[in-house]
Amino acid sequence: MTLSRSARWLLRGAMALGLAFIYLPLAVVLINSFNADRTFAWPPAHWTMQWWARAGDNAGAREALWMSVKAGLGATAIALLLGSLVAFAVQRYRFFGRGAVSLLVVLPIALPGIVTGIALDTAFRSVLAPLGIGKGLFSVIVGHATFCVVVVYNNVLARLRRSGGNLQEASADLGADGWQTFRYVTFPVLRSALLAGALLAFGLSFDEIIVTTFTAGPGVQTLPIWIFSNLFRPNQAPVINVVAAVLIVASVVPIYLAQRISDTATGGRL
Amino acid sequence: MRTGRTVTALAAVGLLALTGCGDGGTNAGGSGPGGIKPPSVPKLSSLGAGEGQVNIVAWAGYVEDGSTDPKVDWVTDFEKQTGCQVNVKVAGTSDEMVTLMKTGEYDVVSASGDASLRLIYGGDVAPVNTDLITNYKDVFDGLKLKQWNSVDGVAYGIPHGRGANLLMYRTDVVKPAPTSWGAVFDANSPYKGKITAYDSPIYLADAALYLMKHQRDLGIKNPYALDDKQFAAAVDLLKKQNETIGEYWSDYTKEVQAFKTGNSVLGTTWQVIANLAQADKAPVEAILPEEGATGWSDTWMVSAKSKHPNCAYRWMDHIISPKANAAVAEWFGEAPANRLACAQTADKNHCATFHAEDEAYFEKVWFWSTPVAQCLDGRKDVICKDYAAWTQAWTTVKG
Amino acid sequence: MATPTLDRSAGAAPAEDPARGPVRRLSAWLHRHAGVRLAALLAAPLFWLVVAYLGALAVLFVSALWTVNGFTGEVVRQPTLTNFRTIATDEVYRTVALRSVGTAAAVTVLDALVALPMAFYMAKVARPRYRRWLVVAILTPLWASYLVKAYAWRVLLANGGPVDWLLGGPGSGPGYGLTATVLVLAYLWLPYMILPIYAGLERLPDSLLEASADLGARAGRTFRKVVLPVIVPSVIAGSIFTFSLSLGDYITVQIVGGKTQLIGNLVYANIGAANNLPFAAALATIPVLIMVGYLVAVRRSGALEEL
Repeated sequence: MTLSRSARWLLRGAMALGLAFIYLPLAVVLINSFNADRTFAWPPAHWTMQWWARAGDNAGAREALWMSVKAGLGATAIALLLGSLVAFAVQRYRFFGRGAVSLLVVLPIALPGIVTGIALDTAFRSVLAPLGIGKGLFSVIVGHATFCVVVVYNNVLARLRRSGGNLQEASADLGADGWQTFRYVTFPVLRSALLAGALLAFGLSFDEIIVTTFTAGPGVQTLPIWIFSNLFRPNQAPVINVVAAVLIVASVVPIYLAQRISDTATGGRL
Repeated sequence: MRTGRTVTALAAVGLLALTGCGDGGTNAGGSGPGGIKPPSVPKLSSLGAGEGQVNIVAWAGYVEDGSTDPKVDWVTDFEKQTGCQVNVKVAGTSDEMVTLMKTGEYDVVSASGDASLRLIYGGDVAPVNTDLITNYKDVFDGLKLKQWNSVDGVAYGIPHGRGANLLMYRTDVVKPAPTSWGAVFDANSPYKGKITAYDSPIYLADAALYLMKHQRDLGIKNPYALDDKQFAAAVDLLKKQNETIGEYWSDYTKEVQAFKTGNSVLGTTWQVIANLAQADKAPVEAILPEEGATGWSDTWMVSAKSKHPNCAYRWMDHIISPKANAAVAEWFGEAPANRLACAQTADKNHCATFHAEDEAYFEKVWFWSTPVAQCLDGRKDVICKDYAAWTQAWTTVKG
Repeated sequence: MATPTLDRSAGAAPAEDPARGPVRRLSAWLHRHAGVRLAALLAAPLFWLVVAYLGALAVLFVSALWTVNGFTGEVVRQPTLTNFRTIATDEVYRTVALRSVGTAAAVTVLDALVALPMAFYMAKVARPRYRRWLVVAILTPLWASYLVKAYAWRVLLANGGPVDWLLGGPGSGPGYGLTATVLVLAYLWLPYMILPIYAGLERLPDSLLEASADLGARAGRTFRKVVLPVIVPSVIAGSIFTFSLSLGDYITVQIVGGKTQLIGNLVYANIGAANNLPFAAALATIPVLIMVGYLVAVRRSGALEEL
């Protein structure tokens, strides 16, 4: 689009301001991780490295991180499976209630987390509790997967629409069976869409707190829950800033890699 | 959502003696509300060998094994000494504690006042044979055999600790220094917009306590037992107070920070918050006003279906042993239950700061209790407002 | 269908031969039975979403018709409209519901206004090799804990804090309250608005914009006639996130909201502290009705596929 010089500069300015808006509070987090004051007095009067040292040997944070990774991977795996299945069904077939399906898939993320949370909690209590199954990591994964399905579904559906069914038909015409077609034709086409969906799903799960609050078994502490409970222990609150700072920096790597892979995949194969 | 600490405090709604907790007596006598008797559950008669493990339901911060902070650890030694491996489930709410204890999978629970009586009357916890708890003799008398941890003189739990809800103010702003809760209930307060209050329906009891002393014609005998008229008066007082509130607080980081920046200059607090603010050089002071105050207290209880009762008893004995009780009291910011703990605290002034040995102080404290329809003050001719009604009223107070 | 030739031609494939026979027969059979294939595809997801999720919601809303016995604390399973009557007649619930919807709407508008130029810059102005980094820059903050970010804003907005200082001294900033709540929620959900708009714009071929320019349209007209129709579904998709996430929030408002309460706080207070699930469920119907209405209204725009 041909934009005037001033329009370009305006947009560039808006982008810069927007990024400043996004990163200013994150800078505060980083600065506060060196703030000697236990409740983040501003501006910091004294500096310290002790929060970093304490975060380093905080076993609770490491366990919570590991728990979050497990919950995220579990939820992502289920979301990948369910989301792809629905996307295939909706793309390949015309059936009664097809329109309702897409609404149904969106619903768990469109309804406020607290509603999803208490609904699942009630269901777990009334259905699983009598069977002797308590809430645990399993229930967190179920809760997260429910609202993660949609991101996989949308990514896969968009890719299926763009690629059309011709390749699959060609594959069948050449005599490939369903599995071969999937393995050598459909899956490679979908790979980057699946990756993008998985990354989003994992991200959604990783920072989820409201649904987790209601579905976590008492011993299950994901990172956000750990952060929540430690934010309110005054001697622990600054350690949280360290954990958050580390997360921000560390998250750049997987996001960048995923971006790269999905870019080359789209650029190179389709 | 609340935090472990906040939940503890909020949910540590200890059921109060019918005659009030301030009576200093050992037991007010009589059965529970409505004259119901708890199911008969036998207590452990003698201590045997440990079973190798113990499953504990507790508030965050009560069972620390060094995973939060390597220096905060009173579990590892216990495991080494007794051979009982500790499996802890941190519960978020009293309801969750009750649900977990009903599964029968857990041996011990750090029940708050509102959960404790439900557990006792539900037959989920057993009476405690206090003779088997060697440290029980050193527990303050003011915590023994109270209405929230015993029935008819039978102990159902081992007291853990306690604290009061104090009045805190900025010494550089609030002059003259307040002596009464009237300071936070004054509709024309000069500190309008900078007053803070605890964000929970249970805060209605603070208003009721104030009315109990200042509007005697309402006839409030117990701030947790309010009939329609008394309840309406308390709600009304809080609605007027709402005009002067800057923010409601529900966790400590938030309140310390608000007092340090001056967003809040006057309002309710806990001792531990006041100490933290002072340690960070905020010019604040916390007092027990002339009307007295509300407060909280927790109790360790053992499951009626415990599979590891011997380890459970050893845990209860351990957690109120002078050293462990001192450690947990300091980490958590509360008055320990064991008088000998006072000699073991890292901060030698801990007990003095938290008034642990000051029975006269705690006589002025009305420990939190869950309001139920059966009036807790013993009245039989009226129905009192239950906690659900308190919650809905709290909604209208905040508007 | 199963011709031996193909078996050899697929010889480069990993050895799956033992399973080949039955797999082949199964796939052939499936090929002839479209209904069965469809059922196989949909069985698991529909079981999950309909039975587990809608079932759970249904149980929740049935319980909205129950009450809690004040003496025993037990749920009384006798249908009554008491809870809904309380909500309808008590003015405070209307006030809070309206405040919540207003907050969610304000957050959405604010996010759309901030996100549009940013997404446009990312997709159409920035050089392609910077695009990837810009997307990373937008995605990264999503990994910093929501709570930590909300607390950072509490520090920023404190009396005499950085925002006050920027605006000229203590007390000149918004302080804690409804304004702060809207600001912080808008901050937290901004990436959820930028990403769908960016994705929508990225799909819009540059050639289309060039064609519009070649045909004599100025930038403004091109934007209105070409860009806008493409990004409306994207904006709506983003708004589903920002609106619903704001509508259900009860944590941010506790941190920076001063004495403000939103509908999420009421639901949470009733279930968390008072153990009054029926009343909490009745309150929860309000955001659910609002969101379902919104989804049905925007379904035709194709927004649901842009999420």
